[in-house]
Amino acid sequence: MRTVYAVAGGVSKFAKARPDKTFPALVKEAYDYALDDIGLTHPQFFELVDGSVASYFSDHFARQLMAGIMVQDYLGLTPKPSHRVEGGGATGGICFQEAWKAVASGYMDVCLAYGFETMSHVATWKGNEFIALASDVSFDYPVGGFYSGYYAMMVTRHMKEFGTTPEQMAHVSVKNHRNAYANPYAQKRQKLTIEDVRNAPMVAWPLTRLDICVMSDGAAATILCSEEGLAKLEAAGAVIPRPLVKVPGIGRGTDAMRMADRPHQSFDDFLKYNLLPSEDTADTRAYYKHLWDKGFRYPGVHSFRAGRMGSKEAYQNAGIHDPLHEIDFVELHDAYTSSEIQTYEDMGLCRYGEGGPFAASGKAFMPGVEYGLELPDEPICPVNPSGGLIACGHPVGATGLMQAVFAIWQLQGAIGKHFGDTTLQVPDAKRGAIHSHAGTGTYVTVSVLERDA
Amino acid sequence: MTHKMEETFGGYILHNVPFPTELDEAALASLKRMAPILIEQPYAITYLHSFGQDSPFFAGLTNGRFLANRDPETGYTYATPRGHDMYTGNETEWVELPAEGKIHAFTVCHFGSEEFLPDCPFILGQIEMPGADTLFLARLIGLDPHEASLDWIGMKVNGRFRRLSKMKPTDIYFYPA
Repeated sequence: MRTVYAVAGGVSKFAKARPDKTFPALVKEAYDYALDDIGLTHPQFFELVDGSVASYFSDHFARQLMAGIMVQDYLGLTPKPSHRVEGGGATGGICFQEAWKAVASGYMDVCLAYGFETMSHVATWKGNEFIALASDVSFDYPVGGFYSGYYAMMVTRHMKEFGTTPEQMAHVSVKNHRNAYANPYAQKRQKLTIEDVRNAPMVAWPLTRLDICVMSDGAAATILCSEEGLAKLEAAGAVIPRPLVKVPGIGRGTDAMRMADRPHQSFDDFLKYNLLPSEDTADTRAYYKHLWDKGFRYPGVHSFRAGRMGSKEAYQNAGIHDPLHEIDFVELHDAYTSSEIQTYEDMGLCRYGEGGPFAASGKAFMPGVEYGLELPDEPICPVNPSGGLIACGHPVGATGLMQAVFAIWQLQGAIGKHFGDTTLQVPDAKRGAIHSHAGTGTYVTVSVLERDA
Repeated sequence: MTHKMEETFGGYILHNVPFPTELDEAALASLKRMAPILIEQPYAITYLHSFGQDSPFFAGLTNGRFLANRDPETGYTYATPRGHDMYTGNETEWVELPAEGKIHAFTVCHFGSEEFLPDCPFILGQIEMPGADTLFLARLIGLDPHEASLDWIGMKVNGRFRRLSKMKPTDIYFYPA
């Protein structure tokens, strides 16, 4: 595999509705921002880009089949090769990885990844229905198809198994909304208290409206290239900051569509297939053995095996052994506060069962930001410094790419330039991870980005 | 208590959109400042959905029987039908399970997808059924949706079949035993 560089990105303003533009024009907004950032015009870039990957989740929301080619056409990228990818909530993350593969494999030297979603075209509860069609329409959807309900079921089991509390979940909401306060791209920029979160209208017990991300209209784009592609871009006049940002490893996992079908594995199978190298210590093996002795089974409905497998593969490819201390920040798929907590565990930022206390510890918070919370620990690895899906919004096909763009800017040390505020710049960020998640944990992508030495 | 009225579709039918009476250069340039036009596009369709190899399950519910699928080699049993086993790849066979179990996980939906809004609040549960290795998603009744409690997890429940079946998995629902 060749080294892949992520050299630029752009994000449209995420909003509840963007009726001012059609979806191709929304992507154009993000695309133009990325090009402008490296100082190239479209005709210059067109001469060098080898192709693209398009990302959008739902033909239902778009009410337009072949929407990918409409974007390719509008951007002026025809007749270059392109294809659309789709994988539920992970569509954007998959798009980023498919563009990575195009470059890493040698097929392309310069590849554009772009994505969008326009969710405002239907009423909120109809939108929830469309999203719920991403559950088994024979067995899950007809029982009460509602993703917030599915995630709420998962977290009641997490609470029962591990003692996780709604207040710990609320810490995630306070953190992410507060982080977004300094992110001009975010849809919801709010200073909240734990009480605000818990007193918000109950949606699916125990998740309130402030535990759940909102629907959005938005687009994002990133430019990936090889060493050769980089040379071509710079020869054409592109100004690409040093140190470069590269993507040393990607990983992806899957799991059963119906959460009811997820296995309840034995301890030995967990050790064999799912244990992270960072967990392979006598202490942690004993900790997990104790969980199994109490009746814990993996992954059940409380954990995302796909997220664990995606992390494991990405860490192996990127040479990460201790994720909490070797990754400087994570942009992860916090469609729900509960799923951020579950994902801490999948990604090995803490052990399974410790996500709740980890959420309230302060370790995943930004340094230098006042949250109005009593946090016992200092920040170690800020999670969702951008505000995540909960505060930025979740225009599905754009979301995973938005994470990539924010990660590129973090590693370029350019948050101040793009946000007009340095509050959310993770100090001396050398390595970040982005995590994109579909369904109830069906497809999960994890990609590692880092500053070139 | 909310202080916001819900936004709904169903606006006026509009004729005659404001537009410059003369398209001179200034008027053409001013079109860039024009607000977007939004129209409603109704969309309705009836699908002919086949339950395929899972059809006997629904026939069973209609006749008051809970059918599950079992791998003939390993005995691994799926409470939610599955024509082939995910581990061996074998075709599964039909077995009957007693319509009872325990609550493994649950939620109370106070909102829902448009189709289910009239049912709110309703309770969803993942049910552990004796003899099954996987769970079954069902509606729960007989519990107070305003008194949700983690104590519900582990509670024994019985299944009841709808007399007038709807050919949906909700033709069985569960209530505290």
